[in-house]
Amino acid sequence: MAIDTEEPTAPAEPVDEEPGGSTARVATTIGLRTVAVVAGVIVAIVALGQAFDFMRDKDANRFLVIAVALAVGVGGIFVLFWAMDRAVNLLPQDVSERVRPYVYVGPALVILGVFLVYPVINTIVLSFKDKTGSSFVGLDNYNFVFTDPSMLRSIRNSMLWIVLVPLCAVSIGLIFATLADRLRRGEAVAKSLIFLPMAISFVGASVVWRLIYSYRPQGFGSNVGLLNGIKLGLGQDPVAWLSQRPWNNLLLIVVMIWIQTGFAMIVLSAAIKSIPDDIVEAARIDGASELQVFRHITVPSVLPTIVVVTTYMIINAIKVFDIVFVMGGNAESNQVEVIAERMVKWFFLSNNDGRGAAIAVVLFLAVIPVMIWNVRQFRQQEALR
Amino acid sequence: MTLTAPLPPEVEESSPAPTDAEPVGVRRGGWFVHIVIIVVVALWLIPTLGVLITSFRPEQLADTTGWWTALAHPFRSGEWTIENYKLALDAGGFENAFLNSLAVTIPSTVIPITIAAFAAYAFSWMEFRGRYVLFVLIVGLLVVPLQMALIPILRLYADGAHIGTLQFIPDLDLNGTLLGVWLAHTAFGLPLAVYLLRNYIGALPSSIIESAKIDGADHFTIFWRLVVPLSVPALAAFAIFQFLWVWNDLLVAYIFLGGTRDTQVLTLALQKLLGSRGENWHLLTSAAFITMLLPLLVFFSLQRYFVRGLTAGAVKG
Repeated sequence: MAIDTEEPTAPAEPVDEEPGGSTARVATTIGLRTVAVVAGVIVAIVALGQAFDFMRDKDANRFLVIAVALAVGVGGIFVLFWAMDRAVNLLPQDVSERVRPYVYVGPALVILGVFLVYPVINTIVLSFKDKTGSSFVGLDNYNFVFTDPSMLRSIRNSMLWIVLVPLCAVSIGLIFATLADRLRRGEAVAKSLIFLPMAISFVGASVVWRLIYSYRPQGFGSNVGLLNGIKLGLGQDPVAWLSQRPWNNLLLIVVMIWIQTGFAMIVLSAAIKSIPDDIVEAARIDGASELQVFRHITVPSVLPTIVVVTTYMIINAIKVFDIVFVMGGNAESNQVEVIAERMVKWFFLSNNDGRGAAIAVVLFLAVIPVMIWNVRQFRQQEALR
Repeated sequence: MTLTAPLPPEVEESSPAPTDAEPVGVRRGGWFVHIVIIVVVALWLIPTLGVLITSFRPEQLADTTGWWTALAHPFRSGEWTIENYKLALDAGGFENAFLNSLAVTIPSTVIPITIAAFAAYAFSWMEFRGRYVLFVLIVGLLVVPLQMALIPILRLYADGAHIGTLQFIPDLDLNGTLLGVWLAHTAFGLPLAVYLLRNYIGALPSSIIESAKIDGADHFTIFWRLVVPLSVPALAAFAIFQFLWVWNDLLVAYIFLGGTRDTQVLTLALQKLLGSRGENWHLLTSAAFITMLLPLLVFFSLQRYFVRGLTAGAVKG
């Protein structure tokens, strides 16, 4: 944090010019400063370059590589901003104040431009090309997306995810948050335990849930999965849960609901707590039942939050990939395909860039109505206020 | 960690019981509330509990009996072991993978926060042309599915970008490097970061900023000395979010860093284990728990910031 010590020098700059003394002296100071800053930037770039070469070196000590990586990744970016800010200070005041905002916003715009905007355009172009991306094939790839039986199934399954995940996660979350709000003690603990799956990776969650759905056919060992344990306890035959079409879709959806409910619950809980007490009290004094309070006060009050959370969940459900990829087994024979999973399959496993890109574009288009709905809801609420 | 923000919706999330005096007419939970809460919590906890218990059972038992049978005689000798964890760390290569995950995750969390905080400050407290349009554009990028960006970025890293024969982005040669993964994660996290931080930083009282300006502070000083300390809840909230997301990510790390034993991250190591030893529950469960350890720690130690930061902009209803 050597930065702090140099901080106070910055505002002093205009003072140099005020005495109106020799312009030559001012020019030298500015010149010297420019040299210093430019030298600093060059040194920083060379040092970063060295660090990157070092990090690419396969033979270097891994601990050292990681230590350097952390120093560069954590400190480097701050130093970069600081140096750019100093560099802007060298410009004449009226120019520097116009340039500075772009220096602050610039890195974000550059990164987003290169890593999101350019890929979107590139993917759209690719989706009209063949599988190696060398020649245009018109709408062939889109034709595939909307006629291939496996693709159609993936669209149907994704619809199921889009409806069920937000619906279940938000309603369970809302009810749980409302009820937990009434607890005298233990509210924080109860909420943390529901939130806990959010901290677990999709792969980790797959292990967790495979242990529940686990199935071994006769002669291949005993069934240690929880559901089959219950089946056996009831004297029934064990079931290969994840191959039970079409119910295996629901079993996978349950995993996502398990992960996401905590997020919905914790955000909704904050919204519920910000409802003014006197409104709720007044309703109760007027004889409203708890159910009426919930329906006519709680739900309308947190509606904006419900919209935000639902949007977030829908977008996540559209993009779901890991759960199906890791848990679904052979997605095609189990008929649990979803759109994003198909995309990865065509891009990376079948190396058909055109088809993969076309699926990605469809995925992107599917998100747009959700965003329009979201914006509309906000406008309506603004208008009501 | 100096100030907590004197900010609009002061939502006290983590206080275990309401601290204010009970208002008349508030009905506290009866048996119905308690039962529902307990049932839901139990349902949510059982899956993880099964993994935790299995991870401490010897291979032979874990393979032949369900984990719930351990609850019947928890004190029998030979019922518990920590061998599974040793095995996972050594044989599974999880120790190396743990380090890789750290090296990927920490910068991938810090870089987008720094970049987004500067941008959010500019969007909130600086006047410039295109301010509104650029902000809407950035938030609009929230909807881009990250899978859509993978292939073009992969090609960009290897060959740069061309229009016809004109190369407008040079060969970056970033495939398989940490920097390549950081930049990708940074880009995927930025829209949400800018959105959240702009909501929070924009809601700071303008009187504070104005008076600092009158006292002669420049933008960098205001940002670093005033806005950053005041925004700790929002910064922490996004940090947790991004940390969990990057730590738990499988796809991005796999595609940009590769899947060799030297470079693999924890989720990938676990996924490989699932593929190769999908029925070795003693190993799988202990490995799964190793991957969960750090995120759970981070989450539980920082969760009180989480809600305050996330909901500052959204809940004002």
